[in-house]
Amino acid sequence: MAVSAVTQRPTFSEIFYTSLQKLPDGERVRACLQCGTCSGVCPFGYLMDYPPSKMIAALRAGMFDRVLKTDNVWMCVSCYACTSSCPAQIPLTAGLMTRTKEELLLAGNVPIELQDALENTQRYGNPMGESPRKRAAWARGIEPPVKIMSQINRPVDVLWFVGDYASFHPRVQLSSRALARIFNLLKVDFGILGHEENSDGDSQRLAGERGLFELLVDKNGKVFQKYQFNQIVTADPHAFNALKNEYPKLGVNYPVQHYTQYLCAKLDLLRPLLRHEIKARVAYHDPCYLGRANGIYQPPRQLLQAIPGVELVEMPHSAANSLCCGGGGGGMWLEGYQWEQAHARLSEWRVREAVAIGADILAVACTYEIPRFEDAVKMVQKASRLVIRDISELLLESIGE
Amino acid sequence: MNIIVAIKLVPDLVEELKISEEGNSLDLESLRLRVNEFDEHALEQAILLKERGAGRVIVIALDGDGAEDALFTAAAKGADQIIKLTGNPAPLVSNHTLARWLAPVIKSLQPGLVLTGVQAHNDLDGPLGPLLAEYLDLPYVGYVAKAAVKDGEVEIRKEYPGGLAAEMEVDLPAVLGVQAAEQPPRYVAFSRIRQAMKTVQLEGRRIPDLFAEEQITVARLFQPEIGERAAIIAGDVDEIAARLVEIFAELDLL
Repeated sequence: MAVSAVTQRPTFSEIFYTSLQKLPDGERVRACLQCGTCSGVCPFGYLMDYPPSKMIAALRAGMFDRVLKTDNVWMCVSCYACTSSCPAQIPLTAGLMTRTKEELLLAGNVPIELQDALENTQRYGNPMGESPRKRAAWARGIEPPVKIMSQINRPVDVLWFVGDYASFHPRVQLSSRALARIFNLLKVDFGILGHEENSDGDSQRLAGERGLFELLVDKNGKVFQKYQFNQIVTADPHAFNALKNEYPKLGVNYPVQHYTQYLCAKLDLLRPLLRHEIKARVAYHDPCYLGRANGIYQPPRQLLQAIPGVELVEMPHSAANSLCCGGGGGGMWLEGYQWEQAHARLSEWRVREAVAIGADILAVACTYEIPRFEDAVKMVQKASRLVIRDISELLLESIGE
Repeated sequence: MNIIVAIKLVPDLVEELKISEEGNSLDLESLRLRVNEFDEHALEQAILLKERGAGRVIVIALDGDGAEDALFTAAAKGADQIIKLTGNPAPLVSNHTLARWLAPVIKSLQPGLVLTGVQAHNDLDGPLGPLLAEYLDLPYVGYVAKAAVKDGEVEIRKEYPGGLAAEMEVDLPAVLGVQAAEQPPRYVAFSRIRQAMKTVQLEGRRIPDLFAEEQITVARLFQPEIGERAAIIAGDVDEIAARLVEIFAELDLL
């Protein structure tokens, strides 16, 4: 019997599957062997109806619309745990999870708290809805003054991309001030962009807002072009990740370092300044976007070990196996949604680990983390003595300034 | 049926408001504008009505900083037609003038329903809706929190102080002052806004050289002033705490 060819419009699953394979290394998704490692290692995988491996199974079965209906991909904190453990090296975080969030976002299916952060970013260039004019307010009173590029009219060695939380969050501002003082003591020739700086946009991108990310890259790129500098340094691993890996894809390409890398390279100058002992057991939390996403594990540890008195201890989840603080991929702005779904906070899990190994200080190197962990300390039993400090703050304490 | 939404830009309170040198208006230089929040609800309600088949949505804004962005955002959310009124000399005008500019444009669009925010925080006297209704000779209901179009009528839910609500039917065409849409204003992906900027035609209508006769003159605009028995204590946390202890001691409270 002759069967005539029937042309059918491709289904949503087919279109999505094809689009996924067109992403960098996207064709690897076809090599998924359904081992389920990704779903097991995902910190929230246990409560997703469709954790990553099941998402792929649903895609192959042509039932991806069911995945979108559950909308629990918003539990994904883009921590790269799935990606880094995938034996087939499928770009799960950057590809599958982010593309799925993009689809939900385009369809207008966005948890309301995330919506606020995205609207604020559109309107003010930062997710918190702060006045962009006050972006450099954290630096007031520091001597010598922190230079703002638009005011100095000369090249600098280091352009410090401060980032959203480091600029606006009252607790994180303290770590920015510490870092500024360290730069001053090391006589670093640096400047900041002040009101001209916009959100790096990386977490918005990983929350599915690709278009907004492109807008921010365009805005920041134009500002970078106005000034001369040798390199960018940032304390925000999300900004670091964006500037290092994502901005160049859109034509904005500058050498960038996380401040822990930058200071580590200057350890010979820094070490003699570290005179005061900090006698403490210090656990270091690897931020996802410094560690797993970018392979930077040693510089933060070397800085901590350079502080006299510090005993560096490792938590059960450490380095490539680090546990996310819960703030990535839009998690910073989905606290209520995630609590509703999970009745658990990743930051509390992390604090329990630090307490369990008898740490006195939990040292961090990400601008999302200080408030997240300080909040968690208030919630976890027997954690009240655990002190949360950014590495820059510990360095400054040892310097004795 | 044409559902007309009039939106306006108001001072964004994320920036501190400054008074102009003349002392009777806001300093426009330092001002950042945003769409009036109630107008965003009016737009959301209009889009919801459209999605239920009530008609097409036309959004109108006075030209000025941010007006085009607001209109393209409205188009990305589902508005069928966007219009800016060009030729206005000042970004902030009184509702009397605004209503007189809007009314003939709205009339020319043969409105079935006119939606606007019930009030705006720049004047807080909420008269745009009633003024439009007056100029268009249409009925007006304010503080609307829900609307459904049915058989030449609009069924609405109106909110009253004290937690009361009423359901009522209003003959179409009508003007509604929206307090809240049935759902929070939706988010629209930035790529959709960008797409709207490329594909949707922004219509310009020149406003007539006409001002309502201003019957109200602002004599003085000012920041809250410190009362006689109030004091603001300056200094760092320790200094403030020390001063507070002194004050409590002076007042015999310790």
